[in-house]
Amino acid sequence: MFVARSIAADHRDLIHDVSFDFHGRRMATCSSDQSVKVWDKSENGDWHCTASWKTHSGSVWRVTWAHPEFGQVLASCSFDRTAAVWEEIVGESNDKLRGQSHWVKRTTLVDSRTSVTDVKFAPKHMGLMLATCSADGVVRIYEAPDVMNLSQWSLQHEISCKLSCSCISWNPSSSRAHSPMIAVGSDDNSPNILAKVQIYEYNENTRKYAKAEALMTVTDPVHDIAFAPNLGRSFHILAVATKDVRIFTLKPLRKEVTSSGGLTKFEIHIVAQFDNHNSQVWRVSWNITGTVLASSGDDGCVRLWKANYMDNWKCTGILKGNGSPVNGSSQQGIFNASLGSANTSLQNSLNGSSASRKQS
Amino acid sequence: GPGRARAARAGRWVRRRAGRDAGRMGGAGPGAADEHRPVTVVPGAVPRRQLCFAWGPAEVLVCETLFGRAGTGEGAPSTSRVFVVRRDQDIYIQTLRKLFNESHGIFMGLQRSEEELAGKSRKAQLVQVSKNYRSVIRACMEDMHQAAISTRDPALQGQYSTQVSILSAMELIWNLCEILFVEAAAAGPLLLRLLDWVRLHVCDVDSMVREVLSSENPSKHKLFWNVVDIFVLQGRMDEARHLLSKEASANPTSMNMYKILDDLMKKMPVPSLGNTQTLTELELKWQHWHEECQRYLQDGTFASNPHMESICKILLGDEDAILEKKELMTTWYHFLVTRLLYSHPTVKPMELRFYAQSSMDLFLGGESSPEPLDMILMAAFEFEMHQVIKECSIVLSNWWFVAHLTDLLDHCKLLQSHNLYFGSNMREFLLLEYASGLFSHHSLWQLGVDYFDHCPQYGRVYLELHIERIPLSTEQKALKVLRICEQRQMHEQVRSICKIMAMKALRNNRLGSALSWSIRAKDAAFATLISDRFLKDYCERGCFSDLDLIDNLGPSMLLSDRLTFLGKYREFHRLYGEKRFPEAARLLLTLMTAHIAPCSFWMTLLTDALPLLEQKEVIFSAEQTYELMRCLEDLTSPNPGSAPFQDDDVETTKVEMLRLALARNLARVIVKEGTVEGS
Repeated sequence: MFVARSIAADHRDLIHDVSFDFHGRRMATCSSDQSVKVWDKSENGDWHCTASWKTHSGSVWRVTWAHPEFGQVLASCSFDRTAAVWEEIVGESNDKLRGQSHWVKRTTLVDSRTSVTDVKFAPKHMGLMLATCSADGVVRIYEAPDVMNLSQWSLQHEISCKLSCSCISWNPSSSRAHSPMIAVGSDDNSPNILAKVQIYEYNENTRKYAKAEALMTVTDPVHDIAFAPNLGRSFHILAVATKDVRIFTLKPLRKEVTSSGGLTKFEIHIVAQFDNHNSQVWRVSWNITGTVLASSGDDGCVRLWKANYMDNWKCTGILKGNGSPVNGSSQQGIFNASLGSANTSLQNSLNGSSASRKQS
Repeated sequence: GPGRARAARAGRWVRRRAGRDAGRMGGAGPGAADEHRPVTVVPGAVPRRQLCFAWGPAEVLVCETLFGRAGTGEGAPSTSRVFVVRRDQDIYIQTLRKLFNESHGIFMGLQRSEEELAGKSRKAQLVQVSKNYRSVIRACMEDMHQAAISTRDPALQGQYSTQVSILSAMELIWNLCEILFVEAAAAGPLLLRLLDWVRLHVCDVDSMVREVLSSENPSKHKLFWNVVDIFVLQGRMDEARHLLSKEASANPTSMNMYKILDDLMKKMPVPSLGNTQTLTELELKWQHWHEECQRYLQDGTFASNPHMESICKILLGDEDAILEKKELMTTWYHFLVTRLLYSHPTVKPMELRFYAQSSMDLFLGGESSPEPLDMILMAAFEFEMHQVIKECSIVLSNWWFVAHLTDLLDHCKLLQSHNLYFGSNMREFLLLEYASGLFSHHSLWQLGVDYFDHCPQYGRVYLELHIERIPLSTEQKALKVLRICEQRQMHEQVRSICKIMAMKALRNNRLGSALSWSIRAKDAAFATLISDRFLKDYCERGCFSDLDLIDNLGPSMLLSDRLTFLGKYREFHRLYGEKRFPEAARLLLTLMTAHIAPCSFWMTLLTDALPLLEQKEVIFSAEQTYELMRCLEDLTSPNPGSAPFQDDDVETTKVEMLRLALARNLARVIVKEGTVEGS
């Protein structure tokens, strides 16, 4: 790994989240300064801020992009107890000339009575849907029935999780064999032995989400949670950020046929557990093929985890701050390639040896 | 050649990288050893802050943050930066593109190659493929070397030199694998191959050879005997004898001694590549020759010349004598091959492991520990193919080498399948990694497609996940991506790409493009929506845009009712414009009576009928006129369940005008039809 570029984010307060769009050509940042910024990558690879606006009246925790099939759409959630949906309007010629774009608020979702801690769009095959969770322990699922009219969102489901919610993850599987599913993590830190990860599944018959599983072994506060892309597997993989990094597999068992329609039961295994962060783990996220998991912890590191062809999970890389501030205001472009390179030690040793050699 | 000299001081790099990583097997990727994970430093991040991050298709975003702090205004005024981190560095090295591009062709050729070819011809084919891969590595090395000498930037020069030594090490390893695994040379030819391998790759002494040979009087050069020794150690007998003959002619007194040594060197039996002699014959000849050398050594023939005596000892395979020339061999594997040449010329493949281990031990002499390259070569000599690949995965900074080598070995039917937890094998695992890396590059991704195609288990799903992330920056690029998906019947990706493009076009008010993309996506709902926009625009402006598209909808018109209507309605206008009034009139009526037109549009259609009703010629028949009248009444009469007809002044006037025109037309047509029937 190597740092290819650095971009002065220019937020007036702490940044809480960064988010790539589907194609990796745009990104969004959100901050305690109550704003969201959108950045676009130009043909030569430079990043330019094309929009920056006040989105909430409190810290903005998360910002996330909808699938581009639905246009250019963002969702944000905040300490101000709301989540909001934003759409980019193809600008007036003035804006375009200045390289700026215009985002309008399409809706404010005001159902929560506490801080909205996470917002995630559902997999696109479910339509334009999003889920929020909040500190009062409620997961809410909203839908925009008309994708051309983003100002109308209806609250479809309210799931009461009993525990303060910190994070949600949709199961991305589009297989017909898998019902829509959402995992919820709780950062409740009162001393109890309640499961901090719950899994809810949509039941076609009752048209409701119902609790299918709880990860009983996870009793410490959970800060983030992420289903891996499915790759056509019959089972699901779920990563959990708690006091360590954990990776679970959830293998659906035969559906119990009951009068109310069967809920899937799962055989749950923990396939990896890493305490390398030595403390709380705050974020987990999978790459697009679900083959590399990244985690971020109190040790100030991002660690990459990967299974080799023998099902052996290993750390394959670490990103770490060096603690010294960068000078200059808007330094962009390629850093010296040896700086922050995965091969630093290799290259140093090579350069050393080639220098000491006589050139023939 | 000059390429050789620079090329292959191979593997020092890996050796320098040192035993730190050695022995930590099973790393999961290039540069990934177990306890020595590569740390990438993010400059400027403040200690004790945490990092938040986001995955993109090709890059990772990283940014400082503080987790778990509720509320506002707690963070310090932030100068924080967002860092764009890339995973696969080598993919972005311009000079390596040749390696990626040309090896792709070889890879594809190998996948297509005839598995049916049996025995020798199949093996010859595979050896040729292996040689092709190596020549690409060497060509790349040459380019890299040129780049290194033509740049003035020392940092860049350092990077190029690094790449040269990495490529050089790759070629060294590959060549050995080619001899041992692909060609699987048998006793006899095996030694010849190993000699070639050493001659090709041990080039540290080439400059010395050149210096001596190009001097005015080589035999007076202070390094003369060193060069003779180098030739002898590498089994280059003709060259050694040629040099010696120069020395001999300068020393008439010791002419006899030179002649004897020359004769011994000339007579030395060597394995032949053909089938002209059996191993037993060779061993017999060898034994005889060996005894002859022994005799001359013992009777003190060379006693007066320590150089020649030492050469004679080398010919006899004397380990101490050979080891004395350590500096001229530079590596333990050169020592191994020299030792085999003069002691065990008929070494069998399976005996290599023993000689290799002891040669390394003797050569390193406990002074230094083996380094990664040594471990890789040793694993090859031990025929531990899996180990070779694992070690290379740990040490090399890209997946190119392990992916292509493993694929070749698999085609040689040499790999036991190492099952992934999801059942794929090592070949596929490595190819998937390599191709995924290609997909992080803005143009090399196109090569990645073919690699995924040849991964039977997960290739398709990887391709699906990667290809839909290719930025669709232009229509041209979108069409390119689309073609790839269509060729592979990736229906969902085709639909999604078209939908994204349709949405993008619609947002930019390019209705024609939006419509053609949604037709491609077979997205009926979206086609309806766009058709409505077309019709709305028509009502507002009185003309259609994108006539070409709408006129040529053909059968795709049937995708949605509204689109059908749009196409037919435009056809009506065309007929009218061409003054084909009766056809236009018939079509207009059908649009209503067959309920192709949405009710909301009937008023527009009836208004369109007005000019037809007022032509000099009567166009609508009596029956048609009645139908038009019924349509108008259906529209205007209050109808339970349907929206009330807008009853404003303009509409009322329009309705009155229509009624009048219809009545007049009916009168004219009754007269006309009566006349025609009567005549």
